[in-house]
Amino acid sequence: MTATQFDTGSLIGHDMPDPYATDRLLPKGRAPSLADHLTRLGPLPRSTSAQLSQLLEAAGLLGRGGAGFPTGRKVAAVAASVAASRLPAVVVANCCEGDPTSLKDRVLVERSPHLVVDGALHAAEALGADRVVLAVHDDSPARFTLAAALAERPQTSCEVTVVEVPDRYIASEATALVRYLNSGDARPAGRLVPIWESGVGGRPTLVDNAETLAQLALIARFGPAWFGAIGTAAEPGTCLVTIGGAVRRPGVVEVAHGTPLASVLGRAGAPSTGWALLGGLAGRWVELSAIAGVGFSTAELAAAGGTRGVGSIIVLPPGGCVLGETARILRYHADSGARQCGPCMFGLPAIAADMTALGSGDRGALERLRRRLPVINGRGGCGHPDGAVALAASALAVLTTREGSHLHRHLTGGRCQAPPSVVPLGAAAASRPATPPRPGGSVIDRPGRRS
Amino acid sequence: MITRSRTEVTLRVDPIACRAHGLCAEELPEAITLDEWGYPILPSGPLPPELVRRARAAAAACPVLALRLEQRRR
Repeated sequence: MTATQFDTGSLIGHDMPDPYATDRLLPKGRAPSLADHLTRLGPLPRSTSAQLSQLLEAAGLLGRGGAGFPTGRKVAAVAASVAASRLPAVVVANCCEGDPTSLKDRVLVERSPHLVVDGALHAAEALGADRVVLAVHDDSPARFTLAAALAERPQTSCEVTVVEVPDRYIASEATALVRYLNSGDARPAGRLVPIWESGVGGRPTLVDNAETLAQLALIARFGPAWFGAIGTAAEPGTCLVTIGGAVRRPGVVEVAHGTPLASVLGRAGAPSTGWALLGGLAGRWVELSAIAGVGFSTAELAAAGGTRGVGSIIVLPPGGCVLGETARILRYHADSGARQCGPCMFGLPAIAADMTALGSGDRGALERLRRRLPVINGRGGCGHPDGAVALAASALAVLTTREGSHLHRHLTGGRCQAPPSVVPLGAAAASRPATPPRPGGSVIDRPGRRS
Repeated sequence: MITRSRTEVTLRVDPIACRAHGLCAEELPEAITLDEWGYPILPSGPLPPELVRRARAAAAACPVLALRLEQRRR
């Protein structure tokens, strides 16, 4: 299937970008103006919701926000709710990037704001949505970048607003985002009523990550065949990867799916051995030499005991301590939780304390963690506790096998001579300063302050 | 072959509404246990039919109505 089947006219007289190049999302240079953007990529075609979900299914697009849900299925679910409820849909572009290990969406919005806006507008038109929300963190540069991009488009098919969301790990979880837009309360709303049925204003709502929407805008233009010219059969196309920690050139790279990790890491000047956190703060610990040949794609990473998650790789320096880093991250998870449900209120502080105690030589902590992790898993109001459990379980697996001698040193009161921690953590909820006043503007909007 | 349609009943809790009163586990100890912080741990599969009536009572006993029964036809 190709895009020309759906919209021949828009491609006539316009060359498609090189399908084998890996600078689809991040072309070189500064963010293009709308005119430059359209010169590079051509006009945005239109499609119906059925066409769009078919295109996305054919392209094999999985969400890039961390959960990896098939985007075509999500679009189809929203379309079905629209048909059943006869309510217009709402499209939310999640540009918040709550995971502090990831920078890809920030870089994407700065370098290709129009591609993200295109994706949101295209999905909105296909779904017959009358409202598009571009959700960004409080006081982030993205709010000005996106507002400027919108200012270049005086006429859009529906109302588009940039909305600032509190800069907290949990605030940009999809149900928290919807709840914030509805009530000003940025805590997860639970999983009992799906947001594709009842989201913003009780309407069918599509919440997609910024990178997902940028990829959607490319698939809509050039079709699944172009999209899949590179990548793997199971997961075509390119993706954005954030590489940080003890590497020479930290930053965001765009690679074809299936690119061996050694080559992905090489772009950042990363070492070829040592421990790395894969997939973000809800990720997995992997040893770099063991996964050097593994292709970077959702299925390959999962099969190798890693996870794609938010697409970040944080490399520990030589001698880095998986135990110490995990304890820090678990404390961050406990502090940044919404504290609405039992697993978050009590479970997360308990396992954070256990991991810290393990680092101080408390042998009982190992047994407590093994007992508590499966009890907490799957019982939260959102996926936050599950993410913390997965990270903790991954750390335990590493510490009791490959890093057994290091754990032994902790348990026998030896000194852990690890260098300072490198996994970036954002500010937790409790320690956030009050947000300062910001310039007003018609495009930038915040819920809970409307009259 | 004749297939008989029957209704499966599953217990679900709204973890955000739940306040760990623990009455559900008192009403239905065969199916509901509490974690160390007093929050219910529910069976993942459907309830045995003979427990459904008391499961309804357990749901009704919840002071915040966080426990519910979901019926699904199979």
